[in-house]
Parts: sequence; structure tokens; C-alpha cells
Amino acid sequence: MTKAADETAHASPKGPDVTSTETKTSEHSGGARKLSSREGAAGDKVFSGTALSAGILILVVLVAVAAFLVLQAFPAFVAPQSQIADGKGFWAYIVPLIVGTVIAAVISLVVATPISLGVALFISHYAPRRLAQILGYIIDLLAAIPSVIFGAWGISFLAPALVPGYAWLASSLGWIPIFGGPASATGKTLLTVSIVLAVMVIPIITSVCREIFLQTPKLHEEAALALGATRWEMIRMAVLPFARPGIISAVMLGLGRALGETMAVALVLSSGPLIASLIQSGNQTIAADIALNFPEASGLSLNQLIAAGLVLFVFTLAVNIVARWIISRHKEFSGAN
Amino acid sequence: MSKRIDVKDLNVYYGNFRAVEGVSINIEARSVTAFIGPSGCGKSTFLRTLNRMHEVIPGAHVEGHVLLDGDDLYGPGVDPVAVRTHVGMVFQRPNPFPTMSIRDNVLAGVKLNGKKLSRSDTDGVVESSLRGANLWNEVKDRLDKPGSGLSGGQQQRLCIARAIAVKPDVILMDEPCSALDPISTLAVEDLINELKEQYTVVIVTHNMQQAARVSDKTAFFNIAGTGKPGKLIEYADTTAIFNNPKEKATEDYVSGRFG
Repeated sequence: MTKAADETAHASPKGPDVTSTETKTSEHSGGARKLSSREGAAGDKVFSGTALSAGILILVVLVAVAAFLVLQAFPAFVAPQSQIADGKGFWAYIVPLIVGTVIAAVISLVVATPISLGVALFISHYAPRRLAQILGYIIDLLAAIPSVIFGAWGISFLAPALVPGYAWLASSLGWIPIFGGPASATGKTLLTVSIVLAVMVIPIITSVCREIFLQTPKLHEEAALALGATRWEMIRMAVLPFARPGIISAVMLGLGRALGETMAVALVLSSGPLIASLIQSGNQTIAADIALNFPEASGLSLNQLIAAGLVLFVFTLAVNIVARWIISRHKEFSGAN
Repeated sequence: MSKRIDVKDLNVYYGNFRAVEGVSINIEARSVTAFIGPSGCGKSTFLRTLNRMHEVIPGAHVEGHVLLDGDDLYGPGVDPVAVRTHVGMVFQRPNPFPTMSIRDNVLAGVKLNGKKLSRSDTDGVVESSLRGANLWNEVKDRLDKPGSGLSGGQQQRLCIARAIAVKPDVILMDEPCSALDPISTLAVEDLINELKEQYTVVIVTHNMQQAARVSDKTAFFNIAGTGKPGKLIEYADTTAIFNNPKEKATEDYVSGRFG
């Protein structure tokens, strides 16, 4: 890094014919051009140095975070299980949280993904250009709203608004365990949380998908249209297959946000032990549990919360690896060759 | 079934800009017609009006009539999607669907109409279309491999197979060989000669030798200057265009004095 930067500083433009703003020669070249020296070589070194250090930096940060988590979580794993979580032991403590986190994240994705794909397709392939631009801005604006605002909206507007719906669900579909009554009178339930999370991840999935849909090669869209495809058939034939890896990445980005979301869940959910019903108060997610208990935690209970964080970290990592694997499974047909 | 095309006084616009002006041309069934002319003279634009593909570009529209065996493609109530199933198209760069196998590429258009075909029917369509495109022997052992794994020339013939699988009346080709090497070009030109037994073929080309080799009739398009609309200058038998053109501009162009 330093060496390359030095070379940049020492080199100077050699003549009026050089157009590049980068440095022109390396220290070896005198007057005549030699085989060993090439114009822009110093710039190349600066660039490769910067790229390499950026790559290394990411790895260092990742390893540092993982090492911190493991070290700090370690006592929670080796301590006598009777001392953890009021004597329940670590796994009895963490499993309900994992289940709650996964349920909230999955419901939010099930709600958000079709809506996001629809909106993204509308913006990229259906809407008139002006409307598409306005919608695009609105979506980006939505993505910029801090999660605490979503939490406040969820607790003060969405939760009360959903109460009659929950009462109806409990009375008419109560035989399904997830809608078991009595319904919460405040609406501060895991289902409300899931809907808030869905609203939060919609802008993320939408804006990533929109960018990818717009990148579909004109060539393939025209190939489909020239075969007599309607617009929807063209989308199914050319746009969606091309965008498939991108859609998966976008959904995984949304999943990452939903899994790790803390503030909105902590505000909205009236938490409690794990229960099957989504419309009663109860359940909890890992991130919200850490946030709520962290201020008063010390000693082993602090280790326990960090261990919960480690579990969330590993879980998110696993989700991402699975996503990568899904994307790479069809590499042969990706068009990259 | 092959059909004839009659174009009457066609003007093509991109928004307010008139790109092609006053084209009238009669294209015989079962023939190969070549469009030649300098870049930007509107020949590709005009070609794309013959299956309403120009409408894909926002703001593009036409005035005039294009008759396919007497049916106006721009008549009221005509669905551009239906037009394109009758008038197929092959593009400048080979564009097989990258996510589909060779077999699925051939069937892409056939499956569109929502028809449920049995496996033996689809096998028949795949084989006859690939044979029709002179590609069967090269790919019959790897029909389930991706179409994007073929060479450029093979990909272009795959696109032709895909176009003829829907049994169109007319096949439009927009510089189909400009991205291909000479040997692949010859293979596609041979194929064009065979296609005219069954289809009306219209081809845009920058290569005048190619026009002379493959076409029965040739249309020369030209443009007066930048920002002016392209016009059809001369349309005649290919031998007449190349050996005995009536217009000075045609003679200059085919003899290489400009363009």
C-alpha cells in the first residue's frame, strides 16, 4: 500500500501526449520506452493494493467479530446449566427464541416477497416511465425510514387496527393452532411484528429486484416478444429466469434484515414464552431479547446474551450459505458462460 | 404456410421523428428479399414494422398499411402478439434463452400458446425444427445442455429453429450473420436458401455479396442526411440491382462509391 502510493507521488507526467490522469511511468524508465516499463503500471499497483487490503479488511473484521462472540459466549456454554436463564439451561433458553425469530422472519418474507416482486415488475416493465420514477423514489424513501419509526407506527397504529381482525380469526379459524384464541386485546402479537417486518423489508427486496429486472438483456426480451409472447409471458420467459439469482439474493437480504431486526420487534411485541398462537401475546426473537435484557445483564447473564447473539450470527451465516448454494446449483444455465 | 406481404405508403415514427417515409413494397411468398443500404437508413426499423416489433420502443408508431395476404397488420383489433406468431424474427446477435436447454429453446414459442403437447409431439417438433435449421446432427446428443453453450453460428441456427418451430408465414432476419464467422455465415446462407421453399424470408444485410448470394429481390434504402427520414430508393430483382440499377444512388452504393 505505502510503496505503491510512493510510486504515485514520485512519478510525473512525461509529455503532452499522455491523456491518462494516472501516473505514466514506473521508476525504471529513463528516456526510451523499455519492455519492462509500462504506462499506468503504478496505478495498477495502487489499485491492486487497495483492492487487496479492502478484501483483507473484511476478513479481519469478520474474524474479529466471530472471535469476540465465541470468546464472550464461551462461559455460557461451559458453565453449569443450572446457573443459566433461571436454571433452565442455555438451550432451553435459546430454542424458543430461535423459533420465534424464524417464524417472524418467514411470515414477513411470505408476505413481502410477492408484493415486492409485483411492485418491482410494475416499476420495471409495466408503469409509464414517469410513474415508474416516482414509485422508485417512494420505495427508496421507504427504505430510508429508521426502524424505530416503523416500531412506533406498529405499536400506535397497526396493532390497534389489527385487533378486530385477530378477534375474527380467533372466533372463525380458532381451530387452527396458529390462530388459537383468546386473541390479544392490544394487538401486540408476533403476527403484528411479522407484518411490520414485512413492511420494512418490502423496500429492500423491491429496489434490489427492480435494478435486476431492468438489467434483463433487451436481446432476450425481444426474443420472447418476437415469438409471440405477451408481456407476462415475456417476463416469465426472459426476465424472471435471468433475475432468479438476484431475486434469491434480494430475499436473503430481506431475510437478514428480518432476522436481525431489533427495535421494531422490541417495541411492538408483548413478549413471553413460546406459544403456537400468533395472535396472542407471547413469543420473542433473539435480537429483541438481547436488546431488552442487555442493560441489566452482567457476568454470566451477559455471556448468555452474547451466546444468543452468536447463535443468530451462525444462523444468518448458514442462511446465506444455503442461498449461495441455491444460486450456484444452476450455474450451467445462468448464461454466464 | 408462406404468405405475401404488401406494404402501402408506410411512414414510421419514433415519437415525432419520422424515421422512414413513404415505403411501398410488394414481397412475394416463397422468396428471399434483401434490404440493403447504409447504416441508419431505416431498413431495420422498417423490417421491425413487418411484425410490429418496433412498438416495443416507447413512442414508436406507424402510418400506412402492411398487408399479410390481404390482412392488414395494423387494422383495428389486430393483436401485435398474434401478428408475431405469424411473422417470426431472427436478430443480429444470437439470443437463445440462457436459462433454457437446447430443447426448451426450440419449444419456447410452441409452449406459449398454452397448448399441452405430448412428449412425442414435442420430440417431433424439436427434431423437425432443428433439422429445418440444419442443426439436428450437431446437437441431437445434447438436447438437454444449455443453448448458450453452442458456438455463435450454432446459436443463430438454434434461434432460426426456435422461429420456425411456431410455423410462421414469414421469417424476418435482421443482419443474422453480422456476428458470425465466414463458415457459420455460409451455413446460415445455405439455410436461408432452403427456408424459402416453405417461408417468405426478408433479410436485412450490410453485406452486399450476401444479398447477391441469397436473395431473389433486393430493396435499396437510403437517407438524404442526418435527421432526414429513410426512403426506399429502388426495389427490383437482385441481378438488376447489382448489374443494372436504375437509380444513380443505388449504383454508387452497390459499386462501393459511398456508404
